[in-house]
Amino acid sequence: MAAADDMKGGRSGTAAPPAIELRGISKAFGPVQANWDINLSVPKGTIHGIIGENGAGKSTLMSILYGFYKPDAGEILVNGRPITIADSQTAIRAGIGMVFQHFKLVQNFTVLENVILGVEEGALLRPSLSKARGVLKQLAAEYQLNVDPNATVEDLSVGHQQRVEILKALYRQADILILDEPTGVLTPAEADHLFRILQGLRDEGKTIILITHKLREIMEITDNVSVMRRGEMVASVKTAQTSPEELAELMVGRKVLLNVEKTPARPAALVLEVRDLRLVDDGGVERLRGVSLDIRAGEILGIAGVSGNGQTQLLEILGGYPPKGSRVTGQVRMNGADLPLSGRGCDAGQRRRDGIGHIPEDRQVEGLIMDFAAWENIAFGWQDAPEFNKGWLMDNQAIRRDAEAKMERFDVRPRDAGLAARNFSGGNQQKIVVAREIERNPDLLLIGQPTRGVDIGAIEFIHKQIVALRDAGKAILLVSVELDEILALADRVAVMFDGRIMGERLPGDTTTGELGLLMAGVTDTRDSSANAGGSAHVDELPEGRA
Amino acid sequence: MDKMPKWADVVLTPLISLILAMAISALVILAIGESPREALTTMVEGALGSSYGWGFTLYYATNFIFTGLAVMVAYHAALFNIGGEGQAAMGGLGVALVLLYLPLPHWGLALPAAMVGAAAFGAAWAFIPAILQAKRGSHIVITTIMFNFIAAAALNYVLVNLLRPVGSMDPATARFPEATNLPTLSDIAAGFGMEWGRNTPVNVTFFIALLACLLVWVLVWRTRLGYQIRALGKSEPGAVYAGINPVRITVIAMLISGGLAGLMAINNVMGESERLVLNAVEGAGFIGIAVALMGRNHPLGIFLAALLFGFLYQGGGELALWTSIPRELIVVIQALVILFTGALDNMVRMPLERIFLATRRSKGAAR
Amino acid sequence: MNIRDSLIAIIVLAICLIWALADGPAAQQGIGSALRLMTPLLLACLAGLYSERAGIFDIGLEGKMLMAAFTSASVAFLTGSAWLGLVAGIGGALALSLIHGLASITFKGNQLISGVAINFLASGLTVLIGQNAFGLGGRTPALSGAGRFNPITLPGADAVRDVPVLGPIYSGLISGQTILVYVAFALVPITWWVLYRTRFGLRLRAVGENPASVDTAGISVTRLRYAAVAICGVLTGIAGAYLATGLSAGFVKEMTAGRGFIALAALIFAKWRPWQALFATFLFGLLEAIANLYPNLDLGIVTVPSMFMNALPYILTVVILAGFVGRAVPPRAGGEPYVKER
Repeated sequence: MAAADDMKGGRSGTAAPPAIELRGISKAFGPVQANWDINLSVPKGTIHGIIGENGAGKSTLMSILYGFYKPDAGEILVNGRPITIADSQTAIRAGIGMVFQHFKLVQNFTVLENVILGVEEGALLRPSLSKARGVLKQLAAEYQLNVDPNATVEDLSVGHQQRVEILKALYRQADILILDEPTGVLTPAEADHLFRILQGLRDEGKTIILITHKLREIMEITDNVSVMRRGEMVASVKTAQTSPEELAELMVGRKVLLNVEKTPARPAALVLEVRDLRLVDDGGVERLRGVSLDIRAGEILGIAGVSGNGQTQLLEILGGYPPKGSRVTGQVRMNGADLPLSGRGCDAGQRRRDGIGHIPEDRQVEGLIMDFAAWENIAFGWQDAPEFNKGWLMDNQAIRRDAEAKMERFDVRPRDAGLAARNFSGGNQQKIVVAREIERNPDLLLIGQPTRGVDIGAIEFIHKQIVALRDAGKAILLVSVELDEILALADRVAVMFDGRIMGERLPGDTTTGELGLLMAGVTDTRDSSANAGGSAHVDELPEGRA
Repeated sequence: MDKMPKWADVVLTPLISLILAMAISALVILAIGESPREALTTMVEGALGSSYGWGFTLYYATNFIFTGLAVMVAYHAALFNIGGEGQAAMGGLGVALVLLYLPLPHWGLALPAAMVGAAAFGAAWAFIPAILQAKRGSHIVITTIMFNFIAAAALNYVLVNLLRPVGSMDPATARFPEATNLPTLSDIAAGFGMEWGRNTPVNVTFFIALLACLLVWVLVWRTRLGYQIRALGKSEPGAVYAGINPVRITVIAMLISGGLAGLMAINNVMGESERLVLNAVEGAGFIGIAVALMGRNHPLGIFLAALLFGFLYQGGGELALWTSIPRELIVVIQALVILFTGALDNMVRMPLERIFLATRRSKGAAR
Repeated sequence: MNIRDSLIAIIVLAICLIWALADGPAAQQGIGSALRLMTPLLLACLAGLYSERAGIFDIGLEGKMLMAAFTSASVAFLTGSAWLGLVAGIGGALALSLIHGLASITFKGNQLISGVAINFLASGLTVLIGQNAFGLGGRTPALSGAGRFNPITLPGADAVRDVPVLGPIYSGLISGQTILVYVAFALVPITWWVLYRTRFGLRLRAVGENPASVDTAGISVTRLRYAAVAICGVLTGIAGAYLATGLSAGFVKEMTAGRGFIALAALIFAKWRPWQALFATFLFGLLEAIANLYPNLDLGIVTVPSMFMNALPYILTVVILAGFVGRAVPPRAGGEPYVKER
């Protein structure tokens, strides 16, 4: 492996060219400028973080590096040599490996088959498979990358599937490894393990680019960090010489309003009671393991946790549509009356009539019909509402008037009710959903990821609306993976892990560290946080290599 | 922003597709040593040059309106119903059973009864594929194809073994009672003292087809059911979130689709042949696909496309009569229309979008 | 292979055995007929297997076979060579495959609609050109001699004729078929081997399951899918040529008579696997042979009309699709054009 030797030499020398250098990269998709005049230099043998909000252009930039897109302008240098990356094959040959956010694995292939795909030796599979078996064993020992080579990928956990992706890159002798939002789907323990793997790889001389929007990860593992905002590279600094506050400010372009102005909650009557809620999905996996919670009128209950720990299922059950083929048990009472959890009466329309509004986690897949005009989307979910119907027909004029009024009050831009939902920006799409659900004045509002992929201005606006609804005496269940958002909005915080509520805290009486421990499944946080002096970070790495 | 203005999407792309299909057909005619110009003149003369021609053109168009609407309603629920052929055939059985076994004294009574029979049988034939798609996820394209063949075999059996009059060798039912025969447009014209379209099969069903266009438009764009169908067609998870039951809407959409396809039998079985014969549908179910694609899944477009195909059908018959070009030319044109408007849609659309984007940019730059 | 996977094989062999015990000579005749009738089904089914395993749904098997039948019969008649006819058949089917590829790969169109269009195109063009060329209402003139593929007598067939059980099987069934029948059967193990033992097969299966995995591995999705569609063209070409120059002696209008759809049904029945495809097509071939031999099959309790036998492949496929007897899960990326995600 001559390239690896070069690199080791490069680490000791001073004038070694950077592993990756980008000069003036620009890329537009139609009218959208995804990248504009990007310059970036990644030294060999380092972990380089690229941070930015959703839609800042990080993934586009990395896709250019991997030959998925051709840049409109600019130059790419790998190890000091200019290179045109026309396709993924070129990138692979240049020693670049990529671990995508959504894995590119063939689900019904074995690990081995996935690893050799595209780099088979000769026309027959047998020699390639046996060679790969050997290499995998070696890599597993070297980097803690243990995966059963004969396992079928669909049977593996998400964390293991990610390891297969890393193995694929290493098997292709990648010296530069790009990881796109690698921890989004991982549990804290899995993320921990991943970071140890990455540090091991760096110590062997590999260069790693880590794309993320999580400040904590950047601070913990990277050597250098570059910040992207609206398609531009706004800063590149040494991680040791910056702070999370500074990075956050660079990301959004101004000081983040972390604390939403709000008065203390005045909880009144009990609105929602959930007792021992359990859900077994169609694959027989228990996704909810006895969730119990209460929400009163006039308060916001925040549910924190890494995504995939049962929050989605909780929202879907309360929203009236438990996942297909699942079994739900337990009790849900709304204003003192039992809500059916399956069969007749358990549908989203009935829940709305019962006074439950729902801002779903994914507005593009659930909350909006992207091809429908904005006005049609205002009736979405409320198509049965009497004021939208005239006998057999829908009252399109009434819907349109209602839509225009709501768009006015929520400042949706452009103020064109006839425009299809897909033609609005993420923030304005979300405002349409929020307007629709909040203005119905529900007794209980379910909110999932209210500000995912939403620009800062819209975030503030949406946060204010949520607080205003609370102040109007409504009960709110807020699910978010953004801990900061939960801490800013919630009156009480419950943490979900592996289908359970691990504990409940008051935002003023806890730390991100304590919540982090709960999110990782540790229950006796009061003891351990006392031991750790109240600053325990769950995904904090031990000094040096484990 | 949308890449193209709406009118371009609705009018220009189908028009260009049609022109492409026609151009290639012309090449085919040239290749077999005939004159495209002469072919076109023969077709126009034969289909549109006389009230006789129009009588057949409108008769065929009536069939295609029903099958086109059938494809369209399913399409809006994101279901590709290739089963119009079988559903229309079954609709014919429904018509035959009603007219043979219900003693109805007048066509005015027989028509609604036969319509119920036709729609019910067509819908019933769509029901099993629908419920299998909705509940078991069985691909509706495959199941409806299979149901076309099963319908053909079933009808074959029924006509040969059950409904064939004693002593007849012909696999067909007896003639329907005289009183139930539908008035043709030429009868109606004669009532007003005009002579129009003598000996042509176009009948009152044509007006029912027009009414169906209007009703389907109202259904899809003005009713809650239509809203639910369109929402489901665009996003199933979205529909579930909105309290729309995918199983229910899938089944209802397919029942309406099958019912519309079945209604075609009013025209061909009750209105034209006045008995049920083997193979009565003659591919009209499949032409519905071309009509719906060409008509951009809108009733007005479907009406126009059905007229076009009615013209092609009648013109094709004339072609076979007066030139040495077989009527299968129409099948080729039909194939090309489906190909260009349905499968090669992007080939037509992408260059167009690029042109519109470029003109918009240059306008923006000029400003 | 577990019991469930070999279910079709067991059923097929059971039918053959019962038939042979009930009426030996008729069974020999019927099974021989089934072998010939299943050959185009098997070829088309394997053709569909390559295409659909690569993620390109193909309901245009019927049209391609029809086109191939026509071109092969025409060229075989004009040249007097069945072999040149075969080449022409493959060419005709390939041309339609190219259209399907253009629509569903290059222009990312709807594969089902493209398939429908191809069926009509073949149905129209064959008659249009046939009438123009031969003036026989869409038929081609009858083929004879070297213009057809004729039965081959395998070595030793005559010698073992009188050996009990094995004799009739070898000399009556295995021997005496045309070369294309042997080709079709040989293609089953070959397809299995290609699919599961070669680099091409690995990539083919990958592109049908998750084209993004192939693309990110630096392999061209487009090229792979075109290759699959081309193989599909070649095999439907052989199937069509067999229909017109092996099974019959010339082309007749609409001569495929839904065989492309039965092949599609067999493919679903076989859950997109080669060995199962062999038995599924064998089963459907048997059904057709039985329907031909016994227009009204008297089973003692009930009399089964031939229409039911003809419809049985379709009914069975619906039952399989309904998932009541082992669910048929198509390749995951099937039917969807590959678009790089942002």
